[in-house]
Amino acid sequence: MLARNAESLYWIGRYVERADDTARILDVSVHQLLEDATVDADTTARTLLAVLGVEAPQGDPLDAWSLTELVGYSPDQAGSIVASVSSARENARGAREVVSSEMWECLNATWNALPERQRYARWVGPHAFFSYVEDRAAMFSGLAASTMSRDDSWRFYLLGRSVERVDMVVRLLLSRVSDRMSSPGWLTVLRSAGAADTYLRTYRGALDASRVVQFLLMDKLFPRSVFHALRQAETCLVDLDNRPTARIGAKAEALRLLGRARSELEFLRPEELLDDLPAQLMGLQETIRDVGEAVSLQYFHAAPWVAWTAPEVS
Amino acid sequence: MTDAHPGKIRPVTRAPERRRPEPAPTGDGSALFDGYLEPDRPYAGAFDEMFHADGRVRSHYRALHDAIAPTAAADLAVRSEALDRAYVDQGITFSLSGQERPFPLDIVPRVISAAEWSRLQKGIVQRVQALEAFLADIYGDAEIVRDEVLPRRLITSCEHYHRAAHGLNPPNGVRIHVAGIDLVRDEGGTFRVLEDNLRNPSGVSYVMENRRTMARVFPDLFSRQRVRAVGDYSTHLLRALRSAAAANEADPTVVVLTPGVFNSAYFEHSLLARQMGVELVEGRDLFCRDNVVYMRTTEGEQQVDVIYRRIDDEFLDPLQFNPRSVLGVAGVLNAARAGNVVIANAVGNGVGDDKLVYTYVPEMISYYLGEKPLLPNVDTFRCWLDDECAHVLDRLDELVLKPVEGSGGYGILFGPNASRTQLAAARKEIRADPRGWIAQPVVQLSTVPTKVDDRLVPRHVDLRPFAVNDGDGVFVLPGGLTRVALPKGSLVVNSSQGGGSKDTWVLAAQRSPEAERELGQRGLAVASPAGSPAAEHGPELTIGQQQQQQQQQGGDA
Repeated sequence: MLARNAESLYWIGRYVERADDTARILDVSVHQLLEDATVDADTTARTLLAVLGVEAPQGDPLDAWSLTELVGYSPDQAGSIVASVSSARENARGAREVVSSEMWECLNATWNALPERQRYARWVGPHAFFSYVEDRAAMFSGLAASTMSRDDSWRFYLLGRSVERVDMVVRLLLSRVSDRMSSPGWLTVLRSAGAADTYLRTYRGALDASRVVQFLLMDKLFPRSVFHALRQAETCLVDLDNRPTARIGAKAEALRLLGRARSELEFLRPEELLDDLPAQLMGLQETIRDVGEAVSLQYFHAAPWVAWTAPEVS
Repeated sequence: MTDAHPGKIRPVTRAPERRRPEPAPTGDGSALFDGYLEPDRPYAGAFDEMFHADGRVRSHYRALHDAIAPTAAADLAVRSEALDRAYVDQGITFSLSGQERPFPLDIVPRVISAAEWSRLQKGIVQRVQALEAFLADIYGDAEIVRDEVLPRRLITSCEHYHRAAHGLNPPNGVRIHVAGIDLVRDEGGTFRVLEDNLRNPSGVSYVMENRRTMARVFPDLFSRQRVRAVGDYSTHLLRALRSAAAANEADPTVVVLTPGVFNSAYFEHSLLARQMGVELVEGRDLFCRDNVVYMRTTEGEQQVDVIYRRIDDEFLDPLQFNPRSVLGVAGVLNAARAGNVVIANAVGNGVGDDKLVYTYVPEMISYYLGEKPLLPNVDTFRCWLDDECAHVLDRLDELVLKPVEGSGGYGILFGPNASRTQLAAARKEIRADPRGWIAQPVVQLSTVPTKVDDRLVPRHVDLRPFAVNDGDGVFVLPGGLTRVALPKGSLVVNSSQGGGSKDTWVLAAQRSPEAERELGQRGLAVASPAGSPAAEHGPELTIGQQQQQQQQQGGDA
């Protein structure tokens, strides 16, 4: 398939997942800010912004509302929900022939309804907007799963989604590492990953910070855990490699990076994970960054746009 | 509505010019509170929680009032609809005569100040401790009877006193794992205990869900003040249940025992089980062998250590109680006696929340704890004492008559509203069974603004805080279930009688968050790392590329 289309699919996967996860993270954070009496709004909001890689505005103290405006609705803020949905739609528009009509319509309708949903959410509260985005993201991945052939296009889409998922779960955990061990905030962490019910069933209701972190990083069965997403990305890359000639290790850099990160998580002693959690998380984030670069080098052959005009000589 | 008194609450102040609009005491230009404090309303005698008698807003309601008053009636209606829809979507309903209905949640929260709550909390803890001591005593040596503080026939005549529970001592001594203490606020604003619920107090799921739904539908209300969270109830409950297990069980298996999906509180049972991450079982999922309770799983039998049962004593064990029960587990009581399983709340707790025993709780508090009761009872006449019975028969038309065994608001007779034949019938019933009835003066429950049609009007409320006892201490969930009587003038708040509920806010004390934070434990890491890199982005067309693509005319029609 065309490298350009492959790249679009990869980024559709990433942007939709980013919009979804950002909505999830915001949904619980904003409502925790609103509901929990013991939270200092400004500090929490700034920590969250730092973790999402969004530059915090100077001046006024932030609260739940300004946080929603910035990370939720702002179209100019890279990484905001609206911006992510727009980018996903732009990519789908440029790759219509490899994206099924159902997927395109879903994305386009989502994008078209954003202003309306924002107006409504400013009126009745941000949850309406977040749950809309979450619902549409779930619908999109359902449509992708049911309309795409399991060929390379599917693998690029899935690769993008999994890579982004790792990145976002890591960011989610980074935003919480300084919480108290028994803070009810850990339940909101689980909720934002859609993992609350599963976790509570797995650990029979014992809410414990270290277990929550382990669950979200290392659980082998839960589809939103970092480990699961890494393994999925790895599988995609293995399947994409249609000339497996190398007899030693992995020849491709992306696969090597992913495999190493995955096995590090897999064979790490649980107690060591917590010894230096921030470093572990930062390491994972670094890996994801490198994977992104390696994938684009290997498959997307990004050629810079060359301007064939003579430079103005002054 | 066209009222004779169009919404002026405060008498006209000394405003010199009549042209300028009066500073309306209920918020500027707010039509919502029109006619709220009309003198001829049926609520005139009641204590209003939002307004002083002269129309000023009480200080702890100030922020809420200011947030709500400017809201348009239409806006309020939309949000109110959103509340209902959220409840139906989530399946938070109760069954009324076989029909599933959303539990009506009112849009205006009820607020309790930090100081008020700390008094209430102490009173509730004291009461639970006294009742805990009473149950241990009654099912043990019954010293309180021997010391003639309580008459023996009070206990033995109680329908919920179970000899089967005698000598059944729970491992950590707790019988009241969960208590719901019903409080009302009288005309003077004093909180009084209306009744104790020590068997299966329900409603805590509404406390949690009310808060979650309110925060989603009306988040602006929360931003002006700090409200204490109620979401961690299940954590406390699970801790209490786990610590109730026999001491030699390192990792006890807890289950929630429900009557089944047709029970009116099934939603609550499933919510608690889900939040605690434990199995929700029915009687048919459990069985006893050799005094050990097991549940049937796909991996074979699994021993159960603690049963948080939400079915009544009478149905719990067909071997001991109602032999026709299909909800219970045969032999579970013997298993508990053998120390192999803990039943929570304990069997026989009903003797502690009997409405007649209730009148003796102040005596229990001074007998067991040597303290003065912090929360007063509602004055109660006991029909089984001859002189008080004579008084009741005489003054029945001024009193509220309640059956001792009643719950859910059934069987209550309001003397002032009753017809002559009803009164005569009631007198006959009292004479036939004096132990079965108590009477109380009509308490004008306090009122809180409530949305009815497109106005906010006073409606009567009560409060059911929930207390969880884990053996080391009694935890009281900050807040509780506020039930509101929606029909005009009604004093019955039960959901089966047309009651709704309100989100209940306990305001956080000013300095407590900091103190709490300082005392808190260490996090997983000392501080958050400096920051993450910005999210990566895919390639985008440059402006130049976009412009050139647009300029190509070929494809355009």
